[in-house]
Amino acid sequence: MAIFKKKTKKPLSEYSTGELILFRFKKNKLAMIGVAMFMFVTIMILIAPLIRPYSMVIKQDIVHRLNPPSKEHIFGTDELGRDLLARILYGGRISLFCSLAIIGIAFVTGAIIGGTAGFFGGKVDTILMRIVDMLMSVPSALLAMAIITALGNGVWKLVLALSIGQIARFARMVRSSVLTLRNREYIEAAKCFGSSSWRIIMKHILPNGIGPIIVSATLTLGAVILSISSMGYLGLGVASPTPEWGTIISENKVNIQYFPYLGVIPGICIMLTVMSVNFIGDGLRDAFDPKSKR
Amino acid sequence: MNWLKYALKRILMLIPVIISVTFILFLILSLAPGDVARMVLGQDATEEQVAQLNHEMGLDRPLLIRYLRYMRDALRLDFGRSWTGNFDVLAEFSHRLPYTLLVSFLAIIFATGVGIPLGIASAIKQYSLLDYGSTFMVMLLFSMPAFWLGTMCQLLFCLTLHWLPVSGITNWKNFILPPLILGANTLASMIRMSRTSMLDVIRMDYIRTARAKGGSRRYVTRHHAIRNSLIPVVTQIGISFAGTIGGAVVTENIFAIPGIGTLLINAVKSRDVPVVMGTVIFITIIVGVINLIVDLICALVDPRIDLAS
Repeated sequence: MAIFKKKTKKPLSEYSTGELILFRFKKNKLAMIGVAMFMFVTIMILIAPLIRPYSMVIKQDIVHRLNPPSKEHIFGTDELGRDLLARILYGGRISLFCSLAIIGIAFVTGAIIGGTAGFFGGKVDTILMRIVDMLMSVPSALLAMAIITALGNGVWKLVLALSIGQIARFARMVRSSVLTLRNREYIEAAKCFGSSSWRIIMKHILPNGIGPIIVSATLTLGAVILSISSMGYLGLGVASPTPEWGTIISENKVNIQYFPYLGVIPGICIMLTVMSVNFIGDGLRDAFDPKSKR
Repeated sequence: MNWLKYALKRILMLIPVIISVTFILFLILSLAPGDVARMVLGQDATEEQVAQLNHEMGLDRPLLIRYLRYMRDALRLDFGRSWTGNFDVLAEFSHRLPYTLLVSFLAIIFATGVGIPLGIASAIKQYSLLDYGSTFMVMLLFSMPAFWLGTMCQLLFCLTLHWLPVSGITNWKNFILPPLILGANTLASMIRMSRTSMLDVIRMDYIRTARAKGGSRRYVTRHHAIRNSLIPVVTQIGISFAGTIGGAVVTENIFAIPGIGTLLINAVKSRDVPVVMGTVIFITIIVGVINLIVDLICALVDPRIDLAS
């Protein structure tokens, strides 16, 4: 039978680096748990309209206010009778998509700045890195708050404010990885072959240097999810009634003493999501650099 | 002598950093839209009054002139007055700073005092129950938002068990929970750092040499391994101070501590530019100075650090 047909095994030397990384990643149990948890959260958030219609996020129902978890409202209802499950599901959309957007913006901008500085060197490098140093010397939370002071509240403003604080980190990382790769023999060989700068960057530097940067991006993603919810909690991020995990905890602050589920459930959602991302990040780190594993 | 030169160089290097940071902040905050004078005076003010106040605050001048003026005043220790609260920024800041510094220092002491021994112990006894337990704790602490941990602890220890006061600053008991919450994240990174660093060190050749020469396991751990493993950890303390001050904003908000965090939050919400500007500059300077001190101590203690570069 086909199911029992054994896969023909290749000798280890025939696997490509990418295959080996994937192989090591798949063998890491915590990382696979992380992937499963993250996929569960993502799927729940994506199919949210099938579970609860968006109208339930804002629909107030004073008769059923502060109902503890029940069959009808699995996570209970808040002070205004809004379904907590619906708020958490749609809030997760904002928390997760914003954090992905922040990492995306910081990653791309940082890669352009750091890559340019590292590849061309000289004066360009000095000027760009001075700017990066300046950004690095302000604690990122404070920089974000200064930007929010200037721009005001709002989802996209929050994304902008938090991503500027992360650009410097990525720029530095990309620069240092480009610097170590720039003088390798295969880059010189490619230059001798007459490859254009663009081709060298895309074909040789990017695939060889991207590993540690992906790892760092994944680990930063967890921290960014936490920052978004902290900003929401402080009232500087996504404003109520738009749901966001930190905002949900913040708006239920006064009722948590007598209705603890209002604080416990959203907090656990944040924690599990961040934990799954961190598991994936740790797994990727060990897969890219097996020597670092303890 | 060499060290003094290095110290002087590092101190002088702080000056361009401070200048550039103030410039960046000034640039960002000048993007704030809206008519400030109108906001201060209210809707009933006449156009003349608004124009008058704009002129007094120098807001009708170009950006660069305003920046130079700000720097000139800053050199005279005049950081302006709040737009909304009618208080002097520097006076208010220095009035509130002790609370923030107290909570932050207690947090760092807690994080290092518990984290470093725990990290080292779990490295020495790798794969033991202690090691797994502390690794699990690190994972939990890294994934938990500080404001949630704070709220939950408040719920448990203050509102349910009544062991500690909920908020305020009237009693020494008010300063137990906030440093623990603020230090939680640093604690996690301390455990992780000291564990990794210790694991690196005990695989070194000189540890094996010391053992081969007849040093007992205990002696070698204490005199060779721990001391060497602490170097990267001490540098980390300086770095985590920046995170701690940033986190203080959240912790102070939960426990209603009148430190610079609450000042900053209120200023950001009411878009009080002079207060935000001053507060962020001061914190950046404090963080920079603390990092500098840590680096200088490291350079003094560890002769391998190359002072010339």
